[in-house]
Amino acid sequence: MFNLERWQEIFETISKNKLRTFLTGLSVASGIFILVILLGIGQGMQNGISREFEQDAANMLFVWSNVTSKEYKGLNPGRQITLKNEDYNQTVNKYEDQLEYKSSVFRIWSGFVNYKKESGNYRVEGVWPDFQFLENATMTQGRFVNYKDNDNVEKVVVLGNKVKNDLFKNGEDVIGKYVQISDINFKVIGVFSDPGGEREESRVFLPISTAQKVFNGGNDIRNLAFTLPKRDNFEQALSESEKFSEELVTYLKEKHSVAPEDTRAITINNSLENMKRFYDLNKMIKIFFWGVGICTIIAGVVGVSNIMLIIVKERTKEIGIRKALGAQPLSIIGMILHESIFVTTISGFIGLISSLALLEFVGPLIETDYIANPSVNFNVALTTVFILVLAGAIAGFFPAWRAARIKPIIALRDE
Amino acid sequence: MIEIKDLHKSYKMGSNSLHVLKGINFSVAEGELVSIMGSSGSGKSTLLNILGMLDEADSGTYTLDGLPIKNLNEKIAAQYRNKFLGFIFQSFNLINYKNALDNVALPLYYQGIKHKERVDIAMSYLEKVGLADWATHLPNELSGGQKQRVAIARALASNPKVLLADEPTGALDTKTSYEVMDLIQGINDEGRTILIVTHEHDIAEMTKRIVNLKDGVIIDDSKVNQVRALSNV
Repeated sequence: MFNLERWQEIFETISKNKLRTFLTGLSVASGIFILVILLGIGQGMQNGISREFEQDAANMLFVWSNVTSKEYKGLNPGRQITLKNEDYNQTVNKYEDQLEYKSSVFRIWSGFVNYKKESGNYRVEGVWPDFQFLENATMTQGRFVNYKDNDNVEKVVVLGNKVKNDLFKNGEDVIGKYVQISDINFKVIGVFSDPGGEREESRVFLPISTAQKVFNGGNDIRNLAFTLPKRDNFEQALSESEKFSEELVTYLKEKHSVAPEDTRAITINNSLENMKRFYDLNKMIKIFFWGVGICTIIAGVVGVSNIMLIIVKERTKEIGIRKALGAQPLSIIGMILHESIFVTTISGFIGLISSLALLEFVGPLIETDYIANPSVNFNVALTTVFILVLAGAIAGFFPAWRAARIKPIIALRDE
Repeated sequence: MIEIKDLHKSYKMGSNSLHVLKGINFSVAEGELVSIMGSSGSGKSTLLNILGMLDEADSGTYTLDGLPIKNLNEKIAAQYRNKFLGFIFQSFNLINYKNALDNVALPLYYQGIKHKERVDIAMSYLEKVGLADWATHLPNELSGGQKQRVAIARALASNPKVLLADEPTGALDTKTSYEVMDLIQGINDEGRTILIVTHEHDIAEMTKRIVNLKDGVIIDDSKVNQVRALSNV
């Protein structure tokens, strides 16, 4: 395999048949290219989905209320259901030992917040201290809302990173400063960041008691948010959280006189369920991409083997001459195989490198919610190239074997 | 050098078989220059293919320089061809993407001789056929006569016991034919055994012995007075 003459032979035939070599190479290179790009996008989707789930605690249960859609006990449909403080308190009392984090939320979707001349409209949410962990928020400065703030109805505020950057343009220290929300002064006690990015960071948190009082909320709350203790086993966690949310919904529906079959009035968003759905979908997408990729490679291999057959046909006479001059069958097989492996290897790596380059340079530019940083495991890519080379060798072997069996007397017959 | 006894060969052509060689008895001594003549279909090319181990006889014995040639597998046949035989074809059969030197060196490659030595040997044979200056030319840059001379140099390169030439002048004009025959006579003068298949009488006259084949049997085998090719040029 490593003698100079053989290499010379291959370069001679390759340079003599540029188009043929180019076409062989193209089918291999494009096969690898497509496979790697597909795998990269698959990985990107997985990354994107994981990122979506990092913005909140992975096992969060989030309760929403809405208008009723079914008549029940003589009550008309279209009745607005509003959750109250006692819903939260009673739920917490009832399930205390099952819950990990718990909070209720009172929300103003668009609150006017200003500091001196800078201002903006942001989501203003009154929450309990646990909400920091439910939101997966990380404090970059100061602290989050605590129970004392809630008990004393303190006018304190925690700013999202984006809000801080919008309002405090010259990078001054923000802790202890006063910002106005709907013209009422609030003291800044902390700044948080969130893996969900800017969207999640353009909001501010107040103690829920303060928020209800300032924005005339009375006893109203908008959401309940809970997490259950973490479990190592995903299936167990999922079944526990499904059971809990089932119970919770039934309890709340009964309490608010909502028909048990009414799916609109009170809903629970179960992150674990969503996550399972997304991961199942992701798995399907991955299987699909692999399937398409493997078919592409098979097409590439068939292409190579086709071209090798043509090469052998074309070189029949030459092979006859070589055999008449004393070439042994093995050396003919070696010659043809060597060429096919050489071409598949080189073009396989060209496809690999160009696709990796594309992922490397274009990948980070892709900015959508569901694809993040498409990339491919280099070892996986390398393995596919070697599989392709091996397949190319097998594809080349049968034509080569046929070539070796050509009888020189037939090959040399004048046509 | 060559001993053939009661050689038979037939080809299957669909349902009927064609009996091409019907008991050939024939021997060639070392240093002979023999022409095998006959009309087409007489079996002369089949005989040459069997002598060249490109084809196998159905029955009969073939001994080359004391070595029985029999039940050869591909590998051994290739080895024997490489060591004992040199081929010259009507259509030259040079490899068209290799230059003259590389073509001549090819049999040496299959003998496992190192590159540098191959080039030296090939060059000496190109000099012998008077084409040293054309060593780096591709076959399509050479004339017919030059191509055949490259082919002769290639046949000689492995220093074979016997040269087998199948219509070596068939594709050449008369003048070039005689030049090629002059070269072949020169090689024979040095003691090399040569067999030529031809259907041209003037070419046959330039050998030392003419074997006439008709319908698969030898009808005439006689020594002739060799006509030197040079005197006709």
